[in-house]
Amino acid sequence: MTAALTSALTSVVPTEVPVVDPSSADGVLGLLWLVIALPVLGALVLLVGGRRTNAWGPGLATGLVFGSFGLGVAMFVEILSRSEDDRQVGQHLWTWISAGQWQVGADLLYDPLSALFVLLITGVGGLIHVYSLGYMEHDARKRRFFGYLNLFVAAMLVLVLAADYVGTFLGWEGVGLASYLLIGFWQHKPSAAAAAKKAFVINRVGDFGMALGVGLIFATFGTTSFAGVSEAAGRASDGALIAIGFLLLLAACGKSAQFPLQAWLLDAMEGPTPVSALIHAATMVTAGVYLIVRSNFIFELAPAARTGVIVIGCITLLYGAVIGCAKDDIKKVLAGSTMSQIGYMVLASGLGVAGYAFAIFHLLTHGFFKANMFLGAGSTMHGTDDDVDMRHYGLLRKAMPVTFLTFAMGYLAIIGFPGFSGFWSKDKIIETAFAQNPVAGACALVGAGVTGFYMTRLMLMTFFGKERWEPDVHPHESPRTMTVPLVVLAALSVLGGVLLLGDWIVDFLAPVVGEHEEEHLAISPLAFSAIAVVVVAVGVVVAWLTVGRRDVPREAPQDVSFVTRAARNELYGNEVNDALVVTPTMRTITALDAADGRAVDGAAEGVARSVGGLSAVSRRLQNGYVRSYAVALLAGAALVVAALLVVNL
Amino acid sequence: MDTTPFIVLSAILFSIGAVGVLVRRNAIVIFMCVELMLNAGNLALITFARANGDLDGQIAAFFVMVVAAAEVVVGLAIIMTIFRTRRSASVDDASLLKY
Amino acid sequence: MLTALLLVPLVGGLVVAFAPTRRNPLLTKQLALVVSLAVLVLAVVIAVGYDPGGGMQYVEEISWISAFGTHYALGVDGLGLALVLLTAVLTPIVILAAWNDGDEGRWGTGTYFGFLLGLEALSLGVFAATDVFLFYVLFEATLIPTYFLIGGWGGPDRARAAAKLLIYNLLGGLVMLVAVIGLYVESAKAGTPSYLLSDLSNLDLSTGVERWLFVGFFIAFAIKAPMFPVHTWLPDATQQGTPGVSVMLVSILDKIGTFGMLRYCLGIFPDASQWATPVVIVLALISILYGALVAIGQDDMMRLIGLTSVSHFGFIVIGIFVFNSQGQSGSTLYMVNHGISTAALFLVAGFLVKRRRSQLISDYGGVEKVAPVLAGFLLLSGLSVLSLPGMATFVSELLVLVGAWVEHPWIAIVAVPGIVLAAVYVLRMYQRTMTGPVAPGVEVVTDLRPREVVAAVPLIVLLVVLGFYPKPLLDVIDPYVQDTLSHVGKADPAPAVGSAPESRADSAGSDQ
Repeated sequence: MTAALTSALTSVVPTEVPVVDPSSADGVLGLLWLVIALPVLGALVLLVGGRRTNAWGPGLATGLVFGSFGLGVAMFVEILSRSEDDRQVGQHLWTWISAGQWQVGADLLYDPLSALFVLLITGVGGLIHVYSLGYMEHDARKRRFFGYLNLFVAAMLVLVLAADYVGTFLGWEGVGLASYLLIGFWQHKPSAAAAAKKAFVINRVGDFGMALGVGLIFATFGTTSFAGVSEAAGRASDGALIAIGFLLLLAACGKSAQFPLQAWLLDAMEGPTPVSALIHAATMVTAGVYLIVRSNFIFELAPAARTGVIVIGCITLLYGAVIGCAKDDIKKVLAGSTMSQIGYMVLASGLGVAGYAFAIFHLLTHGFFKANMFLGAGSTMHGTDDDVDMRHYGLLRKAMPVTFLTFAMGYLAIIGFPGFSGFWSKDKIIETAFAQNPVAGACALVGAGVTGFYMTRLMLMTFFGKERWEPDVHPHESPRTMTVPLVVLAALSVLGGVLLLGDWIVDFLAPVVGEHEEEHLAISPLAFSAIAVVVVAVGVVVAWLTVGRRDVPREAPQDVSFVTRAARNELYGNEVNDALVVTPTMRTITALDAADGRAVDGAAEGVARSVGGLSAVSRRLQNGYVRSYAVALLAGAALVVAALLVVNL
Repeated sequence: MDTTPFIVLSAILFSIGAVGVLVRRNAIVIFMCVELMLNAGNLALITFARANGDLDGQIAAFFVMVVAAAEVVVGLAIIMTIFRTRRSASVDDASLLKY
Repeated sequence: MLTALLLVPLVGGLVVAFAPTRRNPLLTKQLALVVSLAVLVLAVVIAVGYDPGGGMQYVEEISWISAFGTHYALGVDGLGLALVLLTAVLTPIVILAAWNDGDEGRWGTGTYFGFLLGLEALSLGVFAATDVFLFYVLFEATLIPTYFLIGGWGGPDRARAAAKLLIYNLLGGLVMLVAVIGLYVESAKAGTPSYLLSDLSNLDLSTGVERWLFVGFFIAFAIKAPMFPVHTWLPDATQQGTPGVSVMLVSILDKIGTFGMLRYCLGIFPDASQWATPVVIVLALISILYGALVAIGQDDMMRLIGLTSVSHFGFIVIGIFVFNSQGQSGSTLYMVNHGISTAALFLVAGFLVKRRRSQLISDYGGVEKVAPVLAGFLLLSGLSVLSLPGMATFVSELLVLVGAWVEHPWIAIVAVPGIVLAAVYVLRMYQRTMTGPVAPGVEVVTDLRPREVVAAVPLIVLLVVLGFYPKPLLDVIDPYVQDTLSHVGKADPAPAVGSAPESRADSAGSDQ
């Protein structure tokens, strides 16, 4: 498959790539730093201020995020009013690292790509803050939760606004830290603490790629700023570019839960649901896609690395979809779905100039509908005493009409129901994939069908069928603070497709990712869309036949096929990790620990012991009898005399 | 001057002293034997001083005598103390200072 | 000025130990704190007056034993200044954090703080000495207070740990003494003997002699630093010593090892240093992975932290021996940052241990519930130890890794798993002690007292500030590194892609 992909791609290698060349920020854009500073301020006040801020802290945190959103909108309007060549803006704050010729500034870069991200992060982030006001109402550590959320928003903004790979790295790890803190937020649960640690450690494996990537970028270009690298990318050797591409891909795999570093995402659902919506669906996990799109000047010139991106995307989009089919935990189904949808974005970003804009487009629409559905799942949990097992739901549409309706909008968007946002974005990816490579296109198409299946299964098990909840559970609709964000996000899920009107998003992103070349399919786009819809419809019908028509047992049946069991166990990803990495490492540690005591330290102490042993033997000579000392003396003197005689002779 | 007889005498005296130190157990006798060895050394020193015609050897012999005298003072005092506490002047009895 | 910097803690230490105030523990502690703060003020004054242009400054030079060419010679350059500041900042914090540690030992409180201040004086002397002989004398002298501090206060097996520390370091010191004498012989051969660093660095040594002398110095510094396989004294010492002493030991004294490599090995034996580079790098790489792996397997917190330092010192040594600006600036910065971050982790873990009276991770669980502030500080200091971006340690570690990559990609590739393992050992410790249900016996853990917060906050603030704005330190360090590199005769390699040819830049610019 790899070979086929490579041969298909090598024909379309452009030699020129877009160059990042920002003009200096002025006017409202001069306030770029404030976008980040507001949530930083919130995190500081809430986390350092302690109990004193309990009363007004969460409100302040929410307000600050909306403040950033307001700034984001103002700046977005500002660059829209500018000419296309003038839409990249940089801001130099201070010199961060300087060693030899390596200068890293604390610099910000605002261009169409980061503009969209800023809106997504602060917009969806703000809605999720509002939602959390209701969701975390009765949690004793509510203030700290909002502090962490603000920390996350700040770090994510750093990630997308940094003008240097090192700055991106800073935000990259910052969101990792916030994710760690929030997954383990209910850390009295050992499972939550373990999941948090797992997420952080697997992300660190991705950072392996990031750290080495930064090293290689500096060694190759003598700079790590986007401007410097994009300017010089055309002159770098193929080997270096491919290596950088793969290292960045490794980093992206870690953060975006792509195969083979996907294992942490499902465990991350231990965190509070707003966290799953914000971090593990809408924003943080898409950072890998951002990194690849941002580094388009590298990937454009390294087709082999792009092939790698496509392969990873295809594997993950199917992997996540298969997991989603078998899980009974509503959040884990959504997590599998997230993994799968990000697989689509990664696939699209591997398609080159034709795909970058669609990757970002799908990223935005996915941010809307997935956040919507996660928050909807949180709402159902809220109404059913924090039960996450879909086998205990059924017929919730009666008890929770608002949640049901908003969730349904998200559902229609994700399966790609014609007219909804997901239809436009996913359709474009599948179409572009087919145009470049039939194998990748087929993967994407099959994935769409599977998506139709598992999402319909989720809908049917949760909102339709018979009531299956415990007798003492009384499902009820959630408060306003939770339903209003749901409604807003549902609206965005429906209308997100307008971004594609007149290819607006493609043109808007062109200064960053390059001009979009027309792809020519053998069949007309309309016919193609029809095929995609039919495939999805097959998935939906299969779900109806297997789930909707029968009663859902309250306990998961155990006599299931091997495939189902594998999917329930996340295709044994954890087992593979354990067998290949964890167990050997732990064995090595045990062995090294023993060796450290016995061999390394033992060698040193052994020397000491043997000196002691020698002394124990030789001290016997001191027997206390003067005579023996005198003999020794005499013998010694005789020896010296004899030696002198021998030498003189 | 033929130094051989003096040297031979010195060697004989030294050997008598050395053997005495090794075989006798009475501290006083051992002490006397040590003195004998010192004096054998003195005899050799003076002989060579005479043969070389300078005073170096004689001066050295004086030093030896002074040291020997000091030794007598300290050594006899130790022997007396040991005798008082142990009712014996045998060196084998005083073998506590060992490993 | 530098003499005053050394005399204040020395005399202060003597007063604290012997003055009549020693019968009143509180007064003794306050006096010790005041003395250490005075040193800090002096050090800051020196730093403010330091001209970032580089070179030895505040030079003092008095002939000591003219027959051997030894001098009482002091001076600071970028490297020395950074470490002098580190020492001056950490000591008052240690005194504040170890407020009551001196009360339960073999000798009185006064002796404890007297030794601490004496140790500070000697360490400052080591960093400021510019005469090899003076350096050697002070280098060995630091062992005396360390020995008594570990042997007098700490865990049940402390006597053994102290003896082990002494023997290891004395062995290294004696090997170095041979090399120091060898230097005298060589310098006398070349004319008048002199131990001044400035004279010795221009000494013309034959290749063989230079290599032997380098090995003599390097062994001493490798034991001190400590590097695999001569590291085993460190975990024992940190396990048995009180947290305050461990901070002095790991954060300050161990830096003498890497400080010595940079200033003396590279300064006097530039060619031999390059000759030995492959072996040194391999040992350092082993140290990184080995220290981290063994640390993961520990149940004793203090031992674990000690072993993490073995891993971090591996990074520092790599930065020194890759011979480029990024690596060496990173290493110098790393010395300071590692000092601060490890100090924070030791002290906060020490606060925890003091409450529950156990160093075993398995005795804890759920501390976050009963002492959230303590848990927060442990997490922050742990994050700085695992070099999270935003913390000072990240900047230095990234510089070292980038420097390593520029020298040879494989060095970086082998070293980088160290950062993954760092996440494992830090988070494993945090997860098992702080999260989960409250373990039996942990209910007694109270949250931090104001004194402890005051001791820990400056460290965390420094870590964050230096994480975002390390420029003041880098400005001082950079000229020093450039001097060292030009002395060694190495220049930074040019990037694979040079600066843009004009025509190419134009065409690329018009592309959008």
